[in-house]
Amino acid sequence: MIVDRVDIGTEEFREATGWEIKPQGACKGDVCVALPDTGFSLLTTAESLGMAVVSDDGVWAVGPETLGGRALTSADASDVHLPDLDGHEFHISSLRGQKVLVVSWAPY
Amino acid sequence: MREQLHPKGLEVVDVCLEMAGPDVARPFVEAAGSAHPSLIDRSHYMDARFGVTNIPQVIWIDENSTIVRPPEAASPMPVGEGAQNMVKMVGGMEERERYVAMVNDWVENGADSRYALSPDEVVARSHARPRTGSEAVAHFELAQYWWQREGLSERAIAHFNAAHELQPDNITYKRQAYSALAMARSGGEDPDGWTRFRQAPQADEDWPFVSDFNKDMLRFRPELAARLKLPGSRSD
Repeated sequence: MIVDRVDIGTEEFREATGWEIKPQGACKGDVCVALPDTGFSLLTTAESLGMAVVSDDGVWAVGPETLGGRALTSADASDVHLPDLDGHEFHISSLRGQKVLVVSWAPY
Repeated sequence: MREQLHPKGLEVVDVCLEMAGPDVARPFVEAAGSAHPSLIDRSHYMDARFGVTNIPQVIWIDENSTIVRPPEAASPMPVGEGAQNMVKMVGGMEERERYVAMVNDWVENGADSRYALSPDEVVARSHARPRTGSEAVAHFELAQYWWQREGLSERAIAHFNAAHELQPDNITYKRQAYSALAMARSGGEDPDGWTRFRQAPQADEDWPFVSDFNKDMLRFRPELAARLKLPGSRSD
């Protein structure tokens, strides 16, 4: 995720990363990670989740979590969304009830 | 395949990993002529979110939005004639047919299919991601951020190079950068579709990236580089 300020809220964090902030900590699927007593803040929460943070000229890029040393922390994909070719946000969860093949491709 | 299996409860979602956006994807999607959802992924979110490292790769997600196969190289549905020709040249039709058989088995048997993995297996089989992998994502996103605003500026190139060095086996990050360079140098023209496909410097071309296809082959797959007689290899 890219942000132009570090004081973002939990909703924006959830939108971009799929991690929801609950009383027990940051949660994705059935995995929860306890946060410091100070609660949610982008930089400390990123640290707790093993997310790299790189800043450059007023912009921060927060990389994905590295818990367990694997790209996936859980098999839950209900948070996944991307825009369609007309710019409308498409949610994988809208296909609940169907089996889905997600095919990544490129023109290069 | 999608048309046959859609009535049995399968849907396909194609995701184009392309910083330049939907206008580039659209002709390919229209040529494929399918009714399934087509999405655009400018920042290579698929890499960050799932551990995709190359294209084409396919993920299986079940009726509960649970992943049952993490990203793997496959091309059940090459999009567009160029991609279809590529599969024929490089992919191997046998492997493609084997993969389609796996999908059919899953459609028939659901969670009982031996190809549908448990959540623990899905996580365990997903791509390794040390801290450097997360840094690579951050740098690629910054590269894309700056590229979108100012083209291939020095800082955009620096971030691409950082991403390439931090995660050398991420091919989408490399090929996307090379494509952006080729398109910038051709003035945005890609009449035959091959301009985007540039993988290495031509002749004495000033190449701003630390990596390229030839260098990577020499570094990571020297025997294959020798067989392909790449410049600088043992057979060169």
